[in-house]
Amino acid sequence: MSAPGLDPTFTALPYRSLGDAALGRARELGVSHADFRFERVRYQHLGVRDGVLQGASDHEDLGFAVRVIHRGAWGFASAVVLTTDEAVRVAERAVAVALVAGEMTTTPVEIAPEPVHDDVTWVSAYDVNPLDVPVAEKAAVLIDWTNRLRTGAAVDHASADLQQVLENKYYADLAGTRTTQQRVRLQPGFEAMGSGADTVDSMASIAPPVGRGWEYVVGGAGSGGWDWDDEIEQVPELLAEKLKAPSVEAGTYDLVIHPSNLWLTIHESIGHATELDRALGYEANYAGTSFATYDKLGTLEYGSPVMNVTGDRTQPHGLATIGYDDEGVQTQSWDIVRDGRLVGYQLDRAMAHMKPELNPAHPGGRSNGCAYADSPGHIPIQRMANVSLQPAPDGPSTEELIGRVERGLYVVGDKSWSIDMQRFNFQFTGQRFYTIADGQLVGQVRDVAYQATTTDFWGSMEAVGGPDTWVLGGAFNCGKAQPGQVASVSHGCPTSLFRGVRILNTTDEAGQ
Amino acid sequence: MTIQQTGTLTPQSLVEHALATSVADDTVVIVRDSTSANLRWANNTLTTNGVMHGITVTVVSFVRQAGGVATGSVTGSASSAAQVTALVEAADAAARAGSPAEDADDLVSGAAAADWDEEPGATDIHVYDRFAPALGEAFGRASSAGRILYGFVNHEVVTTYLGSTTGLRLRHVQPTGHHACTGKTADLTQSAWVGGATRDFSDVDALAMEETLAQRLAWGKRRVDLPAGRYDTILPPAAVADLMIDAYWYAGARVAWEGQSVYSRRGGGTRIGEAIAAPGVNLFSDPAYDGLQCAPFAVAASSSNESSVFDNGLPLGRTDWIRDGELTSLLQTRHSAAMTSQPVTPAIDNLVLSVDGASGGIDDLVAGTERGLLLTCLWYIRVVDQQSLLLTGLTRDGVYLVENGEITGAVNNFRFNESPVDLLRRFSHASSTGPSFSREWGDDYFSRTATPALRVPDFNMSSVSQAM
Repeated sequence: MSAPGLDPTFTALPYRSLGDAALGRARELGVSHADFRFERVRYQHLGVRDGVLQGASDHEDLGFAVRVIHRGAWGFASAVVLTTDEAVRVAERAVAVALVAGEMTTTPVEIAPEPVHDDVTWVSAYDVNPLDVPVAEKAAVLIDWTNRLRTGAAVDHASADLQQVLENKYYADLAGTRTTQQRVRLQPGFEAMGSGADTVDSMASIAPPVGRGWEYVVGGAGSGGWDWDDEIEQVPELLAEKLKAPSVEAGTYDLVIHPSNLWLTIHESIGHATELDRALGYEANYAGTSFATYDKLGTLEYGSPVMNVTGDRTQPHGLATIGYDDEGVQTQSWDIVRDGRLVGYQLDRAMAHMKPELNPAHPGGRSNGCAYADSPGHIPIQRMANVSLQPAPDGPSTEELIGRVERGLYVVGDKSWSIDMQRFNFQFTGQRFYTIADGQLVGQVRDVAYQATTTDFWGSMEAVGGPDTWVLGGAFNCGKAQPGQVASVSHGCPTSLFRGVRILNTTDEAGQ
Repeated sequence: MTIQQTGTLTPQSLVEHALATSVADDTVVIVRDSTSANLRWANNTLTTNGVMHGITVTVVSFVRQAGGVATGSVTGSASSAAQVTALVEAADAAARAGSPAEDADDLVSGAAAADWDEEPGATDIHVYDRFAPALGEAFGRASSAGRILYGFVNHEVVTTYLGSTTGLRLRHVQPTGHHACTGKTADLTQSAWVGGATRDFSDVDALAMEETLAQRLAWGKRRVDLPAGRYDTILPPAAVADLMIDAYWYAGARVAWEGQSVYSRRGGGTRIGEAIAAPGVNLFSDPAYDGLQCAPFAVAASSSNESSVFDNGLPLGRTDWIRDGELTSLLQTRHSAAMTSQPVTPAIDNLVLSVDGASGGIDDLVAGTERGLLLTCLWYIRVVDQQSLLLTGLTRDGVYLVENGEITGAVNNFRFNESPVDLLRRFSHASSTGPSFSREWGDDYFSRTATPALRVPDFNMSSVSQAM
């Protein structure tokens, strides 16, 4: 199958003429920097419960924004009326905002330079745009999933949903960069609910959201797809076992954590902690800061020597993958943690200018391409790359890791998550927890949460699995910034072994 | 679906054009015109800002077919007739290809509201004409005193126009604003926060905000490290709002009826009619509540457990969720109300908690506490267990030690594990109810709350957080 190209219904839109008009007016007004971003983001969501389509809705976000640096201050304005007159007005509005902002901007804004990328295009890797598939066909798949789940004796109710996104962006700036890009992502999922003698519980799919097309849903396990049939067959029995499982005894356990759970711990305790804007205080009033402050670069022992973490916006099928970021920077991959030590951060152009030493090959600094805005109406900020834990080249299998544990738990699937504003203290639950006794799985336990401090946790990582255990997980719903923005991001990791982690019994915590 | 526009129309014209263009059996059109302006700062300097204008049009088409009524819902940015036509065609096609909706019901009928013809409300950067210079001055005061400010102000005006082929022509203007500022000492070892909601920024004083932060940071000159455990804890209105919003969001009737929430009755059905909180506790929503006014009619772009496109335009009035400690209502659509044999009580965009007989403020609760903790706000709150509505989260930006009725120092942060429903049973004291702002949910999801401060004698601080 040939690779999809740019959607002609997007390329027919007047973004070039609007961009020229806006940037031309910004130049006339004497700005030191201006960029124009035109976006169309299409969303479609389907929700099914107990064999019935509950809702199907389409949403399209279409508009443009002008961002300027004028007299050392940012100015940003956006609109949805797609005329050159409006583009000129929006440029003027952005400059007016910069003048107001100038009264309160005590540190002049500067950004790191970036080579000009003149009229380049980029399209993500997928086969079938899910938005081209008829809703009825997609609904039939979800309905079938819930019907099959409900054949399980333990399943009282079942739900399934599918979120799909087609994102198109055009970026242009006064330096001469022009990029036109397109990417597709989707998040299918299901959940089965059931009741036991003294409890009600659920079990959800552990399939990750991906930067792939409809082939991820119907293509089977091959070629990077997901084996939905196998998981749907297993989940009712897994839920039945969970409903009968004993409640965990709180204490300290060794954990073998599957990638379907560990990706989220990476996201919260490494991904966010190594965003330089957080480390420098830019999110102090909202998402928070970071314990991994800039003075610790090169010295902080983040974890054990087997810990190697990369930032990467080029990972195939990654949710944060793109050719050029929302400041016209070509995307890259780089080390964040090497042999357990903090060695890098995620940057945008303003951050890169503040810390040019992070990229010694570029005297004025260079961003590693982490600027992103989730809509035409929002200003780009530093957002997360695909931050991934690397496997050991000749590392063990999951079974071998379990075999090294005398008393512990094997954790599969994510559920509840929470971490503090400096990314120290976290607590996670999961879809299922298996007791490990003398290197063997001996059945599920329930009411489990694990709680730790970031550096203690990663320091307790004794082993990472081999490449065969590595899975690219991720999320559609990463929140940051004011006004709030939502980003999608992937995190790959191998199954890994941690020693001596605190386990809570959530029923005890609730005082039940 | 994307059509290049050639001209702009009023929101009312967009509604009428969509209704006239649709060939479905019935149609509901929702137009939202939004303007917003924001300022954000960190390290005593402005960081980002913006003014935005958006117009979205939602077309919900209803097509009768064998076995019921199918629906199609399509939303898009649109300001021209051509763009709206494309949305209508897509919605009609989706309905024709759809299957019968389980929540099908008669559409709400009505006539044009008196304000239907009025223009949308608006805001712009000048909403900060008084605030912005004061903020600049606050930066100067903070810098000279060795304090660092980080914060955000946002003002948004959204005007909703809802029209239907059954005659509805409803309009609602919703101003939403909030302000928040975090202050830190220069060595970053102490942190404090102040924030609130506003409708127009006429009541927001940047210098007063800075003064409050200075006072709170001064409380931290004595640092006391405490271990995890259960503490006599005063939750200020912001923290109570954080927790009550979760209690409200997870109050869906259908989910409770199907056995999956804290509001489910063991053995089947819901806990409506059961005393779930202490006597005198009232949790309610009211579109007309003074200072928290919100849309007095239901608006739904799609159907789910707690919303139905068939309910668009349904009038909303005061709804008691908990009255005198008894669970009285859950979030209903007409469909779930029929399923659970309960009255139709849709979600409303504000929430009030009050305690009969409560009076005074936080200072009074502090004065009556021999030894305990005073919190500032909560953060990163997530559900751990739906059956108990066990929540986990963190204290943030100021935990203070209360000894003999006075604040005597600042304490480390904690991770908590608690159920808001259980707290409504266990609290020992409450203040009077006043406007509040949820640190966790107020920015983006739910800013209209009024809550008291609550004192809980045994709040579960599960572990210590090193965050400062």
